[in-house]
Amino acid sequence: MALSAAERAMVRALWRKLGDNVGVYATEALERTFLAFPGTKTYFPHLDLSPGSAQVKAHGQKVADALTLAVDQLDDLPGALSFLSDLHAHKLRVDPANFQLLCHCLLVTLARHFPGDFSPTMQASLDKFLSRVTSTLASKYR
Amino acid sequence: MVHLSGEEKAAIATLWGKVNPDEIGGEALGRLLVVYPWTQRFFDSFGDLSSATAVMGNPKVKAHGKKVIDSFSNGLKHLDDLKGTFSSLSELHCDKLHVDPENFRLLGNEIVIVLALHLGKDFTPKVQAAFQKVVAGVANALAHKYH
Repeated sequence: MALSAAERAMVRALWRKLGDNVGVYATEALERTFLAFPGTKTYFPHLDLSPGSAQVKAHGQKVADALTLAVDQLDDLPGALSFLSDLHAHKLRVDPANFQLLCHCLLVTLARHFPGDFSPTMQASLDKFLSRVTSTLASKYR
Repeated sequence: MVHLSGEEKAAIATLWGKVNPDEIGGEALGRLLVVYPWTQRFFDSFGDLSSATAVMGNPKVKAHGKKVIDSFSNGLKHLDDLKGTFSSLSELHCDKLHVDPENFRLLGNEIVIVLALHLGKDFTPKVQAAFQKVVAGVANALAHKYH
């Protein structure tokens, strides 16, 4: 399921457009995930999840930074995300089904904010990219 | 049964009034076929699905999308009895069409994405959450009669 050159180009182009605001969109995606799929909140009993929470914003930025790293290192996702794969496998142990939920909400967020850039081929490229990121995150689970 | 608050039901009704169901259906189905190309397996008779442009412009995709969304619209009027409303469609999709129910979930999420595209800032996290309940309810209702 490797990304083609065209798909990589699409993802990179959109990421350039997001600029310094990746954190804003990742935070919105998290907010959407917690509201639409309440089971996801069970992984964050230690955080204040109310709307506008600074802690959710901070976590959104973490997610954003990891995704930006992934966009920059599309040629070696296992290498680039190795630390996060270990973390999710051994410490966080988030059920991988939840990654799909966050990815879906990230797509919804991007569609809502960038409707003109969200063609079906862009959506397909992003979906594939996020799929690769999440399978890398879950790669050391067992 | 889908558990929606009065506020959620009102939000859904308002927003559904703002979209053109005819466009939503074709776009959602088209995106399903582009983003998850294996879903094309059910549509051999639809003609040219060879590129995103071909899929999105395909008149049979648009027509079928409209059929699907008309059914979905009907479901919105019967949120208290989705299983009853979709009972015969469920049997059809199992016995005649042999569609894996996972596809209902995928299409439901495509409908949500297309709503986000068309509604922009009106598609708030709260509104999305309400629609996610609806698409999950419809997907479950369509899978209910499978055996």
